Amino acid sequence: MTTITDPPQGSFKLSMLLNDTRYRSYTFQFIALVLLIGAIAYLISNLFANLAAAGLNISYAFLGEPAGYDINQRLIEYDSQSTHWRATLVGVLNTLLVAFLACVTATILGVIAGVLRLSNNWLISKLMSFYVEAFRNVPVLIWILMINAVFLVVLPQPRAFRGDNPEATMLFDMFAFTGRGVYFPAPIFSNSLTGSAGTDWLLVIIGLVLSFFGVRQVAKWAQAKQEATGVRPNTLWINLAIWFGPLLVLFTIMGLSFDYPELKGFNFQGGGWARGSLIALWFALSVYTGAFIAENVRAGIQAISKGQTEAAASLGLRPGRIMNLVILPQALRVIIPPLISQYLNITKNSSLAIAVGYMDITATLGGITLNQTGRAIEAVLLLMLFYLIISLTISAVMNVYNNSVKLKER
Amino acid sequence: MKKSVLFGALAGATLAAGAAAAGTLEDVQARGKLNCGVTTGLVGFAAPDANGEWNGFDVAVCRAVAAAVLGDATAVEFVPTTGKTRFTALASGEIDMLARNTTWTFSRDVDLKFTFVGVNYYDGQGFMVPKELGVSSAKELDGATVCIQTGTTTELNLADFFRANNISYEPVPIETNAEAQQQYLAGACDVYTTDASGLAATRATFEAPGDHVLLPEIISKEPLGPLVRHGDDEWGDIVRWTLNALITAEELGVTSANIAELSAGTNNPEINRLLGTEGTLGEMLGLDAEWAKRAIMAGGNYGEIFAGNIGESTPIGLARGLNAQWTDGGLLYSPPFR
Ligand SMILES: N[C@@H](CCC(=O)N[C@@H](CS)C(=O)NCC(=O)O)C(=O)O
Repeated sequence: MTTITDPPQGSFKLSMLLNDTRYRSYTFQFIALVLLIGAIAYLISNLFANLAAAGLNISYAFLGEPAGYDINQRLIEYDSQSTHWRATLVGVLNTLLVAFLACVTATILGVIAGVLRLSNNWLISKLMSFYVEAFRNVPVLIWILMINAVFLVVLPQPRAFRGDNPEATMLFDMFAFTGRGVYFPAPIFSNSLTGSAGTDWLLVIIGLVLSFFGVRQVAKWAQAKQEATGVRPNTLWINLAIWFGPLLVLFTIMGLSFDYPELKGFNFQGGGWARGSLIALWFALSVYTGAFIAENVRAGIQAISKGQTEAAASLGLRPGRIMNLVILPQALRVIIPPLISQYLNITKNSSLAIAVGYMDITATLGGITLNQTGRAIEAVLLLMLFYLIISLTISAVMNVYNNSVKLKER
Repeated sequence: MKKSVLFGALAGATLAAGAAAAGTLEDVQARGKLNCGVTTGLVGFAAPDANGEWNGFDVAVCRAVAAAVLGDATAVEFVPTTGKTRFTALASGEIDMLARNTTWTFSRDVDLKFTFVGVNYYDGQGFMVPKELGVSSAKELDGATVCIQTGTTTELNLADFFRANNISYEPVPIETNAEAQQQYLAGACDVYTTDASGLAATRATFEAPGDHVLLPEIISKEPLGPLVRHGDDEWGDIVRWTLNALITAEELGVTSANIAELSAGTNNPEINRLLGTEGTLGEMLGLDAEWAKRAIMAGGNYGEIFAGNIGESTPIGLARGLNAQWTDGGLLYSPPFR
């Protein structure tokens, strides 16, 4: 033990910082760091000096003042007397809504297109290549504007539904597809259990979650039975009962009925509606990002060796099951990481919302609030912070999922 | 070492900031061009014609200032701005002045720190609807979908008006007038609201202007005028007195037709001071004696500019109304040239 001797302790000379390879990289890194800090400090101090020269200061007090403007799509209570902070939140929720919807549909579209692009059917695979190349090679803003314009031109406006002999009529007297959006019947409870529609729906969701676990239990039972006896019991009816039974009971007790949209005055009233701006943005983001996801899916599938398909086929699996049970689960490991980037892209691209008048956070905080208060730096910093938080959260959640599907090395 | 870098940076920054604040006149003269912020296109107020030449009521103010300062009414770089981008463009120094249907308000003056040098059009916010809707008053607009330009005073007035009358509406926020026009004509909104002058100008470009009516309600005061940044009063004075020169010229009967004759000297001392044959007003501004003469020659006096771009003989057809000279019962009242 004592035989280990320290390496010769040469005295440290200043020149070694440059000449000695052990220290040289540190020296340069240190210099680079100092320069970087200096540059940032310069920029910040320049900012403050210029702000001071222009008589401006950095203050977030404006967030507490009344916003003064109205927002069309509000997921939480808001009116023009609410604060700028509230307007910001309304914008955040709108951003999250369209990003979530677009992530879901883009994934569905992308998986379908990606799988079909590998189809042996020449027409289908060429059609899918066309879709992918057309959509990912045109800027998303153009798609947003184009899809919005098409909606505006193709769909009739509410005025076309007016009169004794209207140019347009509602579908089944329930749905109205107009250039301003899609109107549909909305479920309402005449006999609320909790006193508010929101909590009533929460009850319904809780019911669905319970049903979900019930169905899982049934599947487990069926699996056990199959392993024990070799025969899988038919669970279809039990499952249907578990899904719909509680729901039906709940709906009957609460007196579910539908509120139908109806043309009153300038617009359709009653029922629910999805604004044209939301639909256009959602659709554009979905088809655009769906094209990228399709490529990720294709890459993921092609990364799985052909032997897997052949082995599965030799076991007698049908092509559909080979894809679902053998290929896709393995391909997911390749697909998920780039998919995360696509979700982040959707979220960031949703900031183009104002092009179609969708009031996302860029349109509220980064648009009207910024403009009416003149607090550009504050608003933009806050905006960056919000996008950063949203993006990091998406990454974190998706990374958890990625860890659960990635190759487990034991 | 870190410290010295920081101090160096600080010192440099302070110097740079100090230099940037004043001296717009010198900057413009050195550049040989005036950067003037205008609309993205509102016929009659500011829009490029078929040859790409900018024309209009607001453009004329830019040209007059360029003529006064640079001696060339065409030495203007027109920078199209939206309701949203205009203030950033001015505050950042991208433009030297803004002449874009911009309402003089307390907060824009005091909080955003802009100097409104005067009013070139007294306006108010109105509503335009298709005639077929049969609406005769803005109070009947309950439930209507309203197209509105974001970043404007109009969007705040609108919220106030509907709240005060306890009626609801669906706002469709839009960036530019051109987009608003397209959406309105496509029927995406029932109503378009903005400054009444802007509505008249927009309607004039429709294929069938007669199918659309302006509602009688004017729901706000919108004094529109050119503005500059706070902190450079010399430059503010130049823009202010150029506008005043145009107004005074009309009041004194100086037109582009008779200005050459009048600048030989008249027996009206105020005309002489305006046109630089008497006194040293130009010198006080840091310009030459004929600055105002050139400004007036650029597009005529205020009345000529009004009549040529938005007046009753143009498709826009605006009456002088509040924008008549005070001597004719209007609000135009330039301080004296003395
Ligand atoms: N006066 C109001 C509104 C100004 C405004 O945006 N006007 C419209 C129509 S009158 C316009 O100039 N649009 C031209 C464009 O979109 O560039 C304000 O200063 O906020």
